[in-house]
This record gives sequence, C-alpha cells and structure tokens, in this order.
Amino acid sequence: MKIKLSFRLNGESITLATEPLKRLLDLLRDQLELTGTKEGCGEGECGACAVLIDDRLMNACLVPAAVLEGKNIITIEGYRTTAQFKILKSCFEKAGAVQCGFCTPGMLLAAEALLRQKPKPTAEEVRAGLAGNLCRCTGYNMIVEAVLLAAKEGEGLWSTPVGL
Amino acid sequence: MVNACRPLSLEEALVMRSREATTVFAGGSDLMVRYRQWSGVTPDFSGTVLFVGHLPELQRLDREKDTWKIGAACTITQILQAQGIPDHLKLPLLSMASPSIRNVATLGGNICNASPAGDTLPMLYALDARLTLQSRDNARTVAIADFITGPGKTILAADEILTEITIPPGDWPRVYYKKAGTRRANSISKVTFYAVARFDGDRIADIRMAFGAAAPTVVRNPAAEALLQNIDKNQVPAWLETLTTHYADALRPIDDLRSTGKYRQQTALRILAHFLRRELA
Ligand SMILES: Cc1cc2nc3c(=O)[nH]c(=O)nc-3n(C[C@H](O)[C@H](O)[C@H](O)COP(=O)(O)OP(=O)(O)OC[C@H]3O[C@@H](n4cnc5c(N)ncnc54)[C@H](O)[C@@H]3O)c2cc1C
Ligand code: FES
Ligand code: FES
Repeated sequence: MKIKLSFRLNGESITLATEPLKRLLDLLRDQLELTGTKEGCGEGECGACAVLIDDRLMNACLVPAAVLEGKNIITIEGYRTTAQFKILKSCFEKAGAVQCGFCTPGMLLAAEALLRQKPKPTAEEVRAGLAGNLCRCTGYNMIVEAVLLAAKEGEGLWSTPVGL
Repeated sequence: MVNACRPLSLEEALVMRSREATTVFAGGSDLMVRYRQWSGVTPDFSGTVLFVGHLPELQRLDREKDTWKIGAACTITQILQAQGIPDHLKLPLLSMASPSIRNVATLGGNICNASPAGDTLPMLYALDARLTLQSRDNARTVAIADFITGPGKTILAADEILTEITIPPGDWPRVYYKKAGTRRANSISKVTFYAVARFDGDRIADIRMAFGAAAPTVVRNPAAEALLQNIDKNQVPAWLETLTTHYADALRPIDDLRSTGKYRQQTALRILAHFLRRELA
C-alpha cells in the first residue's frame, strides 16, 4: 500500500507517494537523495538522524511517513542556507567541534532547537539540549564550547525565524 | 501487508478499532523500535496501524479546579511546557529520555507500553491517576494500578483507545524522583522511585511512595505509607526497619532479568532509606 503525502521540506512543497510506515530517514536518504541526515543506531539513541519537524527536534529513524502530512521539515541541507547555520558552523570550526563529522548534522540541528528555546544557555543546559546526540570522537567538551560561543556571537539571531 | 489509517477524528478512529485488529500508534517511539528491521527496510508492523497522535481530542490539556486532565496523545514536551503544570508532575518527565524523544513520546504511549521502567508510572500510581478508556459505544474509567497487569500487559480491550489521564487534586510541596541506572532504548532503568509528601509543621500530613522497575508492575504500599502518616518527620528514621520489611516483600525481582534481581531489590531499599533519612527530614 502506498499513500499520497504532501509536506514542506526545506522550504519547498513536496507531494509524493510512499509506504505509510517508511521511516522519514529512508525517505530522505533513498527517495529524496538527501544524505546529510545520517543513520547511526536506527533506534532513537544517537541523534545522527535528527531533523526539525514543525520546529521541534525529532529523530528521523523513528518517524514514519504517514505522520508527515502537512508538516514543515527542515534537514541539514535546508538549514545550511540560514544565518543561524553560518554562526554555528564558524563556532564549531573555532572550537574544534568537528572530527569525523558523522554526528555534526544532528548536533547542529539539536543546537538550533536548543538556542531557539534558550538563547543564552548555561553549559549545563547545552549538555541537556544535546543529550540525545552521541559523538564518538570529540568527547563533547568542544561541542558544548562551540554552542556557547554561538550563543554569544549570534546573540539575537535565535529570536528570528529560520528563513525557510 | 501493512495497512495504515490516519483518521480525522476520535470517532472515526474508534469505528476503525471496532471493526478490525489495529495497532494504535501515538508517538511511535516504542513501536518504531519494536518493529524496526534494518536500514532502508520499512518497519515490520503486521495488520493495520491506526495513527492517533494528531487527533485533537487526544491533545487536550486542561486544569479543572485542581484536577489535571491530560489527553493521551500529549507529548512529554507539551506537558512540560503547559501553563501552571506543577512540579510534582514535571519532575519525572524531566528525567525521561532526550529532547528529541520527548518531542514525540506521549503520556498515553508510556502508560500503554506498560514497561516496568516507564518513567511516568510511579508518579501516576502515587497520585492515583485515573484513565479513561473509550470504545465506540462505551467509556470506562479505571485506576492506573488496575490498568497495568504485568510487563507490557494492560486490560485495554481490542476496540478501546486510552483517551485521557486524570490526576486528582493534591498539594505536594515535597517531590522526589530518583532514577538509578541509565535508560537506553534497549535496556531498562535499574530502579526508579517517586515520592511526594505534605507537612503540617513537622508532622507528615500525607505521603505517597512508588517504585518502578523493581517488580513486574509499579510497587506502592498504602499500609506502609499509612505508618508514616501523622508522625514527626524527625522520627522517620526510627521507622526505617519496619518500612523496609513492608517493602521487601513487594519488591520482587523481575523474572526475565533474574540475574540483577537481587541488585534491584537492594538498590530500591537503599533509595528508600536515603529518601527517608536525608530527603524527607
Ligand atoms: C531512545 C529512546 C529513549 C527512551 N527513553 C525513555 C525514558 O527515559 N523513560 C521512559 O519511560 N521511556 C523511554 N523511552 C520509551 C518511549 O519513548 C516512551 O515509552 C513513550 O512515552 C512512548 O510513547 P509513544 O507515544 O511514542 O508510544 P507508541 O510507540 O506510539 O506506543 C507505545 C504503546 O502504547 C500503545 N498506545 C499508545 N497510545 C495509545 C492510546 N492512546 N491508546 C491505546 N494504546 C496506545 C501502542 O499501541 C504501543 O503498544 C525511550 C524510547 C527511545 C526510543
Ligand atoms: S539513527 Fe536515529 S537516533 Fe540514531
Ligand atoms: S565528530 Fe565523529 S562522531 Fe562526532
């Protein structure tokens, strides 16, 4: 069984046919060829597949296609065109928060979700905000530092909508 | 073959449920893991999947006087962000999973999943939460303790949907929640403990305590709670031994995790002792 589905993806309206229980992760990577969203664990633990759905951080490995009707989805491919991304990118670079990079797309979107809720987070709050994202390389300190730096350098940015 | 149905109203969902065997899908954070296959392959649900997470009837979150009525499909995030939600409801939710899981996980899903380690369950037992189960032609209200019968087992009938969770009024200035052991999708919290109390000066006016993951279902012992009623909080340590015997019987190791059963019982009793000695006084 296939269903017809309409939603917004990175600012564009999309209509497609798919199996209702296909994971958004597979839809993105296989059908839409957006491979910036990564698969780590496939069971909600690692956050490598994190995307924003209606401005909320969600793991694409746990989201079936059928619930996407009418939703607004932002993946790293869309997010990288925004002003918020530019700040985060430069702060991740400055803090040395990227090594192999596998966790980075999910980390960036988790950071976006966090900063939108708490534009001036403490280190503790950053850790809580990124708690669902695993990184096997950096040991997290550099990532926390990067997000704190972004909060400072991008002050005010997180009160304006992501331009998508 | 998998069928899927995304009804537009609760009524439509209940009609569907009365006609065929369906799997109710709320946030899917348990179901998508349970039925996952491998990368690129659609999860292996059998039968018809009935999506209910979007239904407005299950998304209400109201306070009537001091009674909270929470729609079964409210997510943990929605509850945490609701206006005026008291700390005694918030505390266990804050230690549940990560933000991205809390954004999809629903309260109804945590209850119906009936995991002994479900983070919301000790709180719901301690607060005497009541559940509304609705079918096409009927609605019934049951106490949470009567709803869950074992690990993953509930009395939900094949044609019913859990629609609402009712939390009776209660003023609980003292709230405590302890989660021993980390919770991962495939492992289970070692032990959880939730307690609330109210004082009248130094006297315990009311106290409720519940353990999760220490037995097949949540353990609450009203007789033990009654022992503490009306006693001075400084006298509590003197009651510790009596209370320990009261609880030791009820804290039975979980069958399928036998090897850690003893550890769990000891941990549970140690948390209880810590709470009574250090947190309450
Ligand atoms: C990475 C990860 C971390 C997690 N961490 C925690 C944690 O720390 N603590 C914790 O307690 N849980 C945790 N969980 C488990 C899960 O997120 C929760 O149990 C959640 O509350 C389930 O809600 P859901 O809406 O996603 O359930 P679903 O997966 O949609 O459903 C769960 C079960 O309930 C049934 N159901 C759901 N809603 C209804 C309804 N309204 N009426 C009738 N039946 C219904 C479904 O048929 C299914 O059997 C975690 C899960 C993952 C993947
Ligand atoms: S792949 Fe989705 S959380 Fe790990
Ligand atoms: S940089 Fe390699 S997993 Fe985070």
